[in-house]
Amino acid sequence: MIYLDLFLTFLEIGAVSFGGGYGMISLIRELTVSKGWLTQSELLNFIAVSESTPGPIAINMATFIGSHKGGVLGAFLATLGVVLPAFIIILIIVIFLKNFIKYPAVQGIMAGISPCVIGLILATAIIMFLSVGINISVLGDTFKPNLTALIILAAVILTAFIYKKATDKKISPVLLILISAVLGGVLYSV
Amino acid sequence: MSKAKTVVKLFLSMLKIGAFTFGGGYAMISLLQDEFVIRKKWLSEKEFLDLVVIAESTPGPIAINSSTYIGYKAAGVLGAIVGTLGMCIPSFTIIYVISLFFDKFLSLTFVANAFKGIQVCVIYLIFSAGLKMFKSIKKNLFSILILAVTVVCMIVLSIFAVKFSTIYYIIISGFAGLVFYLITKRKAEESK
Repeated sequence: MIYLDLFLTFLEIGAVSFGGGYGMISLIRELTVSKGWLTQSELLNFIAVSESTPGPIAINMATFIGSHKGGVLGAFLATLGVVLPAFIIILIIVIFLKNFIKYPAVQGIMAGISPCVIGLILATAIIMFLSVGINISVLGDTFKPNLTALIILAAVILTAFIYKKATDKKISPVLLILISAVLGGVLYSV
Repeated sequence: MSKAKTVVKLFLSMLKIGAFTFGGGYAMISLLQDEFVIRKKWLSEKEFLDLVVIAESTPGPIAINSSTYIGYKAAGVLGAIVGTLGMCIPSFTIIYVISLFFDKFLSLTFVANAFKGIQVCVIYLIFSAGLKMFKSIKKNLFSILILAVTVVCMIVLSIFAVKFSTIYYIIISGFAGLVFYLITKRKAEESK
């Protein structure tokens, strides 16, 4: 049943992913794309909308995917699933484990998990790039550069770089998304 | 201040932060600090710093970890529930409404093409989020090794279409972190 499946999938995502919304992307990709709930393009669209609207990215993505697969009830259950583990774990910590962060073992475990989560995020981005940019998902795929995508990527990187140099501030992701939307709209339409 | 009043104020503050913060949980941290430590004084500076460490060391969305923690400190379990609800309601509503129109919107050719461009940008955003987190962690041989092994394994296994869940990477590296901690502790004790 899709409702139970949505709830349990997002419960799992909420229970084991560290590093906030972006830290969840590798697991969300693994669980939703493999189940055929989403294509990679749909997932990227949802991430873009989640990033361009206010609120926690994890909640936005759970609501979006839940609604896509199971309407309002699906959205509710996916969101509940992703929230519940964090809610329960934090309550247990504030009520019973006041010294949680002082346990050296916790710090030891996190010293392993933090770089791993960063690795997962970077690898996910690279895997997505290989498939979108040069059409390679698995061994045996023919190398076929997608020129338009590569041009847009170069433009995005250049814009972010110049903005940083000129203003000494990081460019807002929403602005980058808007720029790439215009580029995509124009370049893919001609 | 009566508890009922605190709960209502908590709910409204979380609703406001949930509705107006772009950029997810990490972007929210400074707003939460401003609202609850500086203005409302429901948490001390130290409690808030503990919160940031706890939120990063526990699974789940950072925003939910934070709103549950702050809600509990302000008004107990009821506060935790109300605070978390307040944080989720704006996101849920906005995204649900968008999801109703999204497929129709995407059926316009220009919009579909615009989203093809956006998809490329999102890959960059994911990568740059990873790089930003990398800058903030302690860099030593152990952390670089874990990161490099994770990246290489994940890409190679994906190319060879071997299924190996993300969850295993997290469990293995957490375990490696624990072992590494125990070894360094032991060495430190021996050299005393």
